[in-house]
Amino acid sequence: MSDVIISVKDLTKRFGDFTAVNRITFDVERGEIFGFLGANGAGKTTAMRMLCGLSYPTSGSGTVAGYDVMREGEMIKRHIGYMSQRFSLYNDLTVWENIRLFAGIYGLSKSETESRATELLRRLNFTSERDTLVGALPLGWKQKLSFAVATIHRPEVVFLDEPTGGVDPITRRQFWEMIYEAADSGTTIFVTTHYMDEAEYCTRVSIMVDGEVRALDTPARLKEQFVAESMDEVFRILARGAKRGE
Amino acid sequence: MRQLLILIQKEFIQIFRNPLLPKLILIFPVMVMLVMPWVTTMDVRNVGVAIIDDDCSTLSYRIKSDIRAAEYFTINDEPNTHEEALRLLEDSKIDIILLIPDDFERNITSVSPKKLDISANAVNATKGSLGSQYLVQTIASTMSKYMSEQGRSHLSDFVVIQNRYNPTLNYRNLMIPALMIMLVILICGFLSSVNIVSEKENGTIEQINVTPIGKFTFVLAKLIPFWLIGLFVVTVAMIVAWLVYDLVPVGSLGNIYFATILFILCFSGFGVTIANISDNIQQTMFMMFFFIVIFILLSGLLTPISSMPDWAQKFTMLLPPRYYIDIMRSVYLKGAVFMELWHNFAALGVFVIIFNLLATITYKKQV
Repeated sequence: MSDVIISVKDLTKRFGDFTAVNRITFDVERGEIFGFLGANGAGKTTAMRMLCGLSYPTSGSGTVAGYDVMREGEMIKRHIGYMSQRFSLYNDLTVWENIRLFAGIYGLSKSETESRATELLRRLNFTSERDTLVGALPLGWKQKLSFAVATIHRPEVVFLDEPTGGVDPITRRQFWEMIYEAADSGTTIFVTTHYMDEAEYCTRVSIMVDGEVRALDTPARLKEQFVAESMDEVFRILARGAKRGE
Repeated sequence: MRQLLILIQKEFIQIFRNPLLPKLILIFPVMVMLVMPWVTTMDVRNVGVAIIDDDCSTLSYRIKSDIRAAEYFTINDEPNTHEEALRLLEDSKIDIILLIPDDFERNITSVSPKKLDISANAVNATKGSLGSQYLVQTIASTMSKYMSEQGRSHLSDFVVIQNRYNPTLNYRNLMIPALMIMLVILICGFLSSVNIVSEKENGTIEQINVTPIGKFTFVLAKLIPFWLIGLFVVTVAMIVAWLVYDLVPVGSLGNIYFATILFILCFSGFGVTIANISDNIQQTMFMMFFFIVIFILLSGLLTPISSMPDWAQKFTMLLPPRYYIDIMRSVYLKGAVFMELWHNFAALGVFVIIFNLLATITYKKQV
């Protein structure tokens, strides 16, 4: 549990005059559930997009799974999974067709696809929904499916951008069980969320304010440091100082 | 390779699952081929003619009845005087006035024969000039028959006009290959660009961008279905042209399909490029319309390039449809062979490379 899978130093992204992410530095260890917190507009999604090879950093450096974020974006993509804020599977394809598509894109063979997809549907209790169009599924189910698809190729790191936004508490609970399962099998989870109860589930948490990382530690030590009852309070103390609004 | 096949499979599932698209792809070419050849005609018909006959002779009577018999004219019998006729002309009730002067027949053989007077309303320049031309031809044929009956040789030289390749001067034959080109432009250009930009709007393209899939593979998987659809559309259009208008290509089908393949590749590459540089469907549609209007009006589809001003003629060199239109018309109507058209094929080939390079370059997985 001591090898570093994500390492970021002074990572910065500017859009014109606006500095979305300002010199962030942190390490994530293999197998961690790393909570990436921050108010709306704090720069979480931008930072995550740089780590996924969707966006070039303006300056600074970083590696994900051993590959450079500046030069080896396409190599990073082989080793990560990503689930964006917006639901982004194909609504006009069935559950099965979506799984088959992404498994194929990640280079899984036909038989591997078949066995993993069957296993996955069983685990999600989706076997009967195999041929349902994804657009017809309720949001919570869609999110669980997205997560399953993002991990179909057993990536080393999974990036989850607000995976549980708008999802009911029961499904949220099930979703976190899936996250734990994945973490237990050695996948590193990098997750952003606005739910502070979820932050408590994380191994370590970082809190971004105005494009900078203001705090980073285990939930317990953060509460100690800010003399707070809950992560909710920690977050309020830090976010109060934010200059950027929504 | 497996990635490519899986992506193509996905595109086809999406196209056929769309409630509208498959129907449109079939109905569109059939409709266009059934309706458009009749309406995009530049043949002039129903030319309104008023004849003021001050002669009232056998000859003037023959002229009148021959004009009446010709299919292009509608005779207006209302006016009795030239003034009345002029008023009708002014009100656009008629297009042409023919004035047969007094003693026309009697003076026909004299040293200074009287002249027929034709006045045409040229506000609609095509109708005015073509109409009076038809009228002159009709009268000339009446006159020459009359002259030979009278045992006199006709004075004027016999002008023989032979319309080759399109013997009946049927405007439809010229329009049919052009309409096929419009179909390809609309279906391949619009569908491919709208398809990609809607993935942007739905956010699905981001999920693709975060996978290791190659740019080229992704673009190719978008192009191939439209390539096949384009070939299908052209085939349907050719079948309709054959069944309904009895028009079959004089030249080889191989050349037609080869040119179509090149043109579709080139144009869907163009569509993908437009989609890549726009953020939403609105922008894409506006840009596509902008270019399609230029393509249709400037590439010789409706008006001949040779009658455009010099600078415009040079500009048309930059428009890929120009070469495709040239090939299609030459092969369809004249039966031209590859060697006569190789420079058109080469030009299309260059555009295929340019547009598909642009499509691949402008598609950015990481920004």
